Amino acid sequence: MTEQNGALGELGQEPSRRDFIYIAATGAAAMGAGLAIWPFIDQMNPAADTRALGSIRVDISAVTDGTEITVMWRGGPVFIRHRTQAMIDEARAVPLNVLVDDVSRNRNAGMENASAADQNRVLRAEYLIVIGICTHLGCVPLGIGVNMGDYDGWYCPCHGSHYDGSARIRRGPAPENLAVPDYYFETETTVKIGLSPEEAAQSGWVAS
Amino acid sequence: MSGPSTYEPKTGFTRWMDARLPIIRLGYDSFVDFPTPRNLNYWWTFGGILAIFLVIQIISGVVLAMHYIPHESMAFDSLERIRRDVKFGWLIQSMHANGASFFFVAVYIHMFRGLYYGSYKAPREILWILGVVIYLLMMATGFMGYVLPWGQMSYWGAVVITNLIGALPFIGDAIREWLWGGFSVGQATLSRFFSLHYLLPFVIAAVVALHLWALHVPGNGNPVGIEVKTKKDTLPFHPFYTVKDGFAIVVYLIIFATFVFFLPNALGHTDNFIEANPLSTPSHIVPEWYYLPFYAILRAITFDIGPIDAKLGGVTAMFGAILILFVLPWLDTSKVRSMRFRPVTRVFFILFLLACLGLGWCGANNPDDLVFTMGHNAEGVATGLKFVWFAQFLTFYYFAYFLIVLPVMGLIEKPLDRPVSIEAAVLGTAKA
Repeated sequence: MTEQNGALGELGQEPSRRDFIYIAATGAAAMGAGLAIWPFIDQMNPAADTRALGSIRVDISAVTDGTEITVMWRGGPVFIRHRTQAMIDEARAVPLNVLVDDVSRNRNAGMENASAADQNRVLRAEYLIVIGICTHLGCVPLGIGVNMGDYDGWYCPCHGSHYDGSARIRRGPAPENLAVPDYYFETETTVKIGLSPEEAAQSGWVAS
Repeated sequence: MSGPSTYEPKTGFTRWMDARLPIIRLGYDSFVDFPTPRNLNYWWTFGGILAIFLVIQIISGVVLAMHYIPHESMAFDSLERIRRDVKFGWLIQSMHANGASFFFVAVYIHMFRGLYYGSYKAPREILWILGVVIYLLMMATGFMGYVLPWGQMSYWGAVVITNLIGALPFIGDAIREWLWGGFSVGQATLSRFFSLHYLLPFVIAAVVALHLWALHVPGNGNPVGIEVKTKKDTLPFHPFYTVKDGFAIVVYLIIFATFVFFLPNALGHTDNFIEANPLSTPSHIVPEWYYLPFYAILRAITFDIGPIDAKLGGVTAMFGAILILFVLPWLDTSKVRSMRFRPVTRVFFILFLLACLGLGWCGANNPDDLVFTMGHNAEGVATGLKFVWFAQFLTFYYFAYFLIVLPVMGLIEKPLDRPVSIEAAVLGTAKA
């Protein structure tokens, strides 16, 4: 390179000003190309309107004892199960050392790093609210009235994962408990899914 | 091209053209006078068949895109409209859907041909690697194309496969959201899959051009696996191989037409006649048949390997099963190309072929179902060999073939005597 521009010539000598210009120009061009590519990559991330639909309000007054509903949230299902006292007792009687995943998978009310005890999976014991997507490969598990699996919770038909009455994985290929979405109770009978109370306060959502 | 060009422009126009853009010379040297080994058998015709199917898929696909609507509430209906109302839509849609399957049948035969006759060995490593690139592009194109009808199997296949990405540590969730363009497979996903499904076949065509270029430098391999030495070992591509390839293409198209006209849905899945529903998972999700062996490998890893959990392990094994083909030229230590002269490795190859078919069978079945029953347990439930165990065994063999059999056999196996030349092999004269 240096020989061509006739500056200092031989290998092993001080780099010339032209060497520096080559490297600086190539570096600047590479950085420019990288920056120009970024918008074309980032455009594939969820758009503003998609993100805006990130939370929903659900009326749960019609979900009677021992029944459940499935609502659509962010294009997928959320299970809201109104548990009977017997169901709660059964879930709370499970010793923690038999659990496959011992983390709460619940970011609400500071329970992020809590154990997977049933108390850490719910805000109100009678309402279990979880994202209805199997943590294995994303199928929708079956529940009350269809197939509750071997642990009185949910059963995923795709690859045979069994979840218990607290939606914790008990047997099968799924690695984690069903995730708990961010949510809070706006009133006794309405629940806001997709926002924590703090986020709601920040973004101008007010509990009605 | 191998050897100097023998093209001589004869008319005023061709001489004028040859001095400016020698494209007629390129075509003549590549497809007319190209010296081709005289002993190629019918396994060598699948390259031409694949070229035809790339063209069929692109033409039928461009036409379908004129009528298809990539919208989550209209895609399914627009496809039914193509099949019922659009003039000849029933034919063109059937050609495209079945064409994908026939494309993959041909590519698998083409690849096993390469594996059997050692087509990946020096000096054809780049040719082989470009072929693997084309295969990967075909897999991506086929996967995204299968999502477009927006039936239940389309949707849930996309859910399962994109969730594989989520198995990657740390960055998995972010990449998955980036792929989806949302919080689940939805409109954004459908739109981008349509866009990329339209783009990738042209990328494939470009890599095919490189593949042909890399083929025409060393020339074709051949069934005995020895290099062309003299002109007597070769025949001009035209008319000898244009006719041979042409005959094979016609036979293959007859079989293709049988499916297009009489069995248009035989290779599809009944669940894909139900519109996509994010709240209801089909009882048994299976990919298209051409992905089944890899699906079986994915599900065969049901155990943690050190710090890698089963899910990531399955994903790694599945991608590893394809990526290992890239380094195959350096895994096979034998100097002998053709399995005809490797009597022991040949048996391992046949077992490998059977293992691939067996993995496909496992992929089509529920992992917990039984391959065969061996009595019943105390509760009266049948016991026996589960598909997942069979798949684990076959997955082990799949990798062992590349990582143990080919490296070791090349060092210890004593190959049979090869003929002195291709001409001698064809004419049956003295062996070396």
